[in-house]
Formats: sequence, structure tokens, C-alpha cells
Amino acid sequence: MTPQPCPSETPLVKVRDLCVRFSGTPPVHAVNSVSFDLAAGEVLGILGESGSGKSVTLKTLLRLLPERKTTISGTVEVEGRDILSLQGRALADHRGGVASMIFQDPALALDPVYTIGQQIAETVIRHEGVTRRDAMARALEMLELVRIPSAKRRLDNYPHEMSGGMRQRAMIALALACRPKLLLADEPTTALDATVQIQILLLLRELQQEMGMGVIFVTHDIGVAVEVSDRLAVMYAGSFVETGSVADIIRDARHPYSKGLLAANLVGAVPGTRLDAVPGAPPPLNALPEGCSFAPRCAHAEPACGLSPLPVWTGGGGRWARCVQASRAEALADSGARA
Amino acid sequence: MTAESITQLATVEKSRGYWRSVGARFLRDKVAVCAGLVAAGLILMAIFAPWIAPADPLDGSMIKRLSPIGTEGYPLGADELGRDMLSRLIYGARLSLFMGVVPVLIAFAIGGAIGVAAGYLGGWVNTITMRVLDVLYAFPSVLLAIAISGALGAGILNGLLSLTVVFIPPIARVAESVTTSVRKLEYIEAAQASGASSLRIVRDHVLGNVLGPIFVYATSLISVSMILAAGLSFLGLGVSPPNAEWGLMLNTLRNAIYVQPWLAALPGVMIFLTSISFNMLSDGLRSAMDVKQ
Repeated sequence: MTPQPCPSETPLVKVRDLCVRFSGTPPVHAVNSVSFDLAAGEVLGILGESGSGKSVTLKTLLRLLPERKTTISGTVEVEGRDILSLQGRALADHRGGVASMIFQDPALALDPVYTIGQQIAETVIRHEGVTRRDAMARALEMLELVRIPSAKRRLDNYPHEMSGGMRQRAMIALALACRPKLLLADEPTTALDATVQIQILLLLRELQQEMGMGVIFVTHDIGVAVEVSDRLAVMYAGSFVETGSVADIIRDARHPYSKGLLAANLVGAVPGTRLDAVPGAPPPLNALPEGCSFAPRCAHAEPACGLSPLPVWTGGGGRWARCVQASRAEALADSGARA
Repeated sequence: MTAESITQLATVEKSRGYWRSVGARFLRDKVAVCAGLVAAGLILMAIFAPWIAPADPLDGSMIKRLSPIGTEGYPLGADELGRDMLSRLIYGARLSLFMGVVPVLIAFAIGGAIGVAAGYLGGWVNTITMRVLDVLYAFPSVLLAIAISGALGAGILNGLLSLTVVFIPPIARVAESVTTSVRKLEYIEAAQASGASSLRIVRDHVLGNVLGPIFVYATSLISVSMILAAGLSFLGLGVSPPNAEWGLMLNTLRNAIYVQPWLAALPGVMIFLTSISFNMLSDGLRSAMDVKQ
């Protein structure tokens, strides 16, 4: 049912009808029928609020979710390899070798009892089977690549001896140490302050272009998403509601939720007045409403919104939005043009 | 680029390595250093007992029985069989420290392994293991030690065994709780994301972060173990006469408490001194090893 995004010849990542359910009472449907492609060297930004399933989607690509409690259906392919069926060594080779991840808080994601150098070297040795000496040389090279000053000395630093921005640089160095084809970034700038944030974003963008990686960048900050992405996907309650190029979505968002997110910023806000915000809260993921899950918060909701499957509006360049309104507006415009 | 150049200007502290920075922090803690010196002194005293002790700890003289402290040739007096008290206290450090340290070390290895395994595997393995240990843990430790020693009979080896059994559950509990909290941390997931195998994650990332706290807890048990061992000897379990051991000496001198109270208290003073110095030492270690301060 989900429309196919722009069909490139050999997508780096191909996700079709991905559903992730966490068992429990009641079971939680964290991701519902998500499909997308990512071309090599492309940056996809997944935008959504907390609990919308962004991080879960990302972790599925590395199979990091607890196996016993998770049911995953659909297809997930990276370089044509089925990720969901990988086992043992093949899975470990995939993690960190083909695809690697940058975590939200580098203070938590780096092991406090090992130096930065040791941690990078460990991954390099694991994937490339080189000697410790060569691995350390690579670690140094990586720290220089992410522009950590006095890299040689920083190699022997423990995570707690570095500042937040420095740690995130080290985390990036660690993630890129084995030259992965795919980089998964899970809100990598959320834990940093604004000035450091932009430095890290620029660094990521630069390294991405230099190394030609595909990047999936998850964030709740629309400014950050626009800064780094080629394409955006807006996620709500476990589903993509709209995707398109950054320019298209910024200029002309079709889904009311995307419009709401774009309106909810501080630019042009008048002091003393209430900020534009999307009213209400997302539905609980264990009891999603029938049809459009945004309908209860939507200003333009109508009876047709409660019917599934929802109509999908498609535009040029792989754009689409899953919304009754958007698709009808298009139909009206079409008939108007024909008349 | 301004932020970059500022960081460049800031002096990069040369990392001293984990153990060196722990050592530096430990040395700043006066109480812990004193405790460490006392503990080291006691250990040296135990090792070099034959060279330090002025007399044979087993050689008694009937006419010198219960000589007070300061008697000629008996600087700390003589016990109820006329043996030199100072020599017996010095030799007593050997068995007392042995009974304090060895059961805790064995329990550290066994209990630590059980706890880390249960904590890392989680689920029903954890539930079953920890509930079984809870049954043992439910007994008061003194009672459990007496029960096991009593069933096995007196003797150093049986005392050792019973104390080890007593210390496995608490150490395993601490190991389990630390491991459970570490396992959920993001760097374990990050290690997974970089393709590390389960074995490597347990060995490097879990053990590396978990051993410190478990070890510190275990050192705090050394004094408990010593007191329990002394208690066992006092009851006639554990070490048997004529061996010199502080708990046993306390027992045999208890009849003399009205005649020579200071003399009778001496083994107790030694037990107190040793246990408090080991406790303070472990406290100091705990705060020195805390990386995230």
C-alpha cells in the first residue's frame, strides 16, 4: 500500500513494510509499515517527536533491538543483504563494518574505563584483523580526521577527560573507523550545546561527502534535519506520514503534521504571545486509532480520516504524503486544470 | 573556527592512565592512607612473625601465668598458660589475616562469576540463580557460618569453607546488581553496534566496569570475615588450640577478664584495629576508583 520512493538502480538501504512490535501487555506497535530507500551517498533525515519510532527504525538496521521481546516483519536490506536473517559472525561483520551508529549521548556511549584510542582500536582490530599497532595508527588518523586538537595526546584520554563536543567527535571517529557504507546517526547533536551542535553537523556533512557514505539522520529538531539532509521523512506514531526533498517539504509541506512542525519554531514569534504548537499529544502506540493516527490532533480532521487504507498523495521526485486532505486538494487541482 | 582555536589553546592534560589517577586520588585521602599503612604493617607483621616475635608463641612458663602488661621479658604480659602475649599476638596475625582474606578472595571469584553471569544473561537464569542465593542470604551470616562449621567439625579448612559459603551470596548480589545496571548502559549497545561479540562485551566492557565496585565491596567484607572467624574460634570451631589466633585467644583469656582485664582485651584490640583499617582502606579505594566525579 505504501508508495515506493524514488527507484534508484541499487539502493544502499531498502526497507519495505517494516513493522516492529514489542511484546508485552499490551503489545506496542513501535513501527508500522515503514518503507524507504537510501541511495549511496545520500542523507535521509527522519524527523519526528519522542516516541514516534525514529530510533527503533534506526536500531532495526543494526538489529540492536532485544531479540526476545521484539517481532520484526517486512524486509530490510543493506547492499542487497537481508539484515533480518543475519546471524552470528555475519551480523557482527555487518555491525560496525558495513553500517555503524553514532549515539545521542557520547558520555554514555563511550566505555568509561577504556581510553578513546583503545576503543577505536578495538573496533578496527575486530573488523580488519590488523595488529594493535596499526589499529592505534588508524585511531590517530581518525581523531585527526574529525579534527580533534592534539590528537596524539587525546588518544590516551578517557572519555571523562574530554568535553561534550570532543567526545562526540571521538564517537564519530569510532563510528567511521572501519569506513562504513552506511552511517546511522541517532540525534547526535541533541546532548550538545548550540555552538558545538553546528560544528558537529558541518563536520558530519563534510565527512559524509568525503567518504561518500549513506547517512540516516534521526532528529526531532527540524533546523538540524534541514541542515544535514538531502531528503526528509516525517515520522508520526510509527509511520512515515510524508517524505520528499528538503526543499520541497520546507516550501510546501502537504501533511498537516509536517506543517505543524514547520510552524512550531521560534522564528518570527512575537514575545508575550503563545507559540504555535501542535495541540495534543501523540496517541499511545499500543492503541493507535483506525485510519490516520494524526486525525485526533488535526485541525482539518474529517470522517474520511478514520478509514483505512488512507489515500496517498504523490508528487514528483519521490514526494508523497499520506493524508486525505492532501490527496483531495490534488484531485481538485487536477480537475480544475482539466476544466 | 574560534571554538576550535580556543580548545587548541586550552592545555590538554596528559592522561595519566586509570590506575595512576586512582593512586593519586587515593594518596590525597589521609584517612585511607593511614588505614593502608596500618593494614600493610599488619600484613608485614604476619609474614615476618618468626623474625619479629621475641619468644616462641607456644612456649609457656607456669610461674609467669597471667603476668600483667610490662612484666620483665613479657612486654605485653603472659597468657593463662604463661606464653608471651606479644609473640602470640604477632603470630596470631598470620591465621587471623588468613581467615579474613582467603574466604573473601574465594567468594569474590565464585560469587563474582555467578553474579556477573546472572546479571548479564538476565531473564529466568537471573531469577532462579538469585532466588537460590537469596535463600542462603536469608540466614544471619553468623548463624550460617556456625551451622556449616558445626556440621563439618572444627578445623581451619572447614572454617574456611563455611566462611566462603557465607560470603558468596552477598558478593553475588552486588555483582548482579552492578552488572544489570551496566548491561543497560548505552556503551554496551554501542559496543554491540560496532560488531563486538557477546564474549568480548562481557570480558572487556562489562567486567571492566564491574570488577572495581565488586572488589571494593569484597575488601569491606575482609573485616567481617575476620570477626566471624574469630567468633568461630571463640566457639571452639575453626582454629583449635594451641594455635595462636586472635579469636581463640579472646576465648581462652575470657576467664582472666576479672584478674587481668587489659591483658584479656588485647586480642580484641588487634581484631578491632585490623577490621577498622581494612574497612577504611576499602572506603578510600571506593572513592578513589570512582571515575565519574
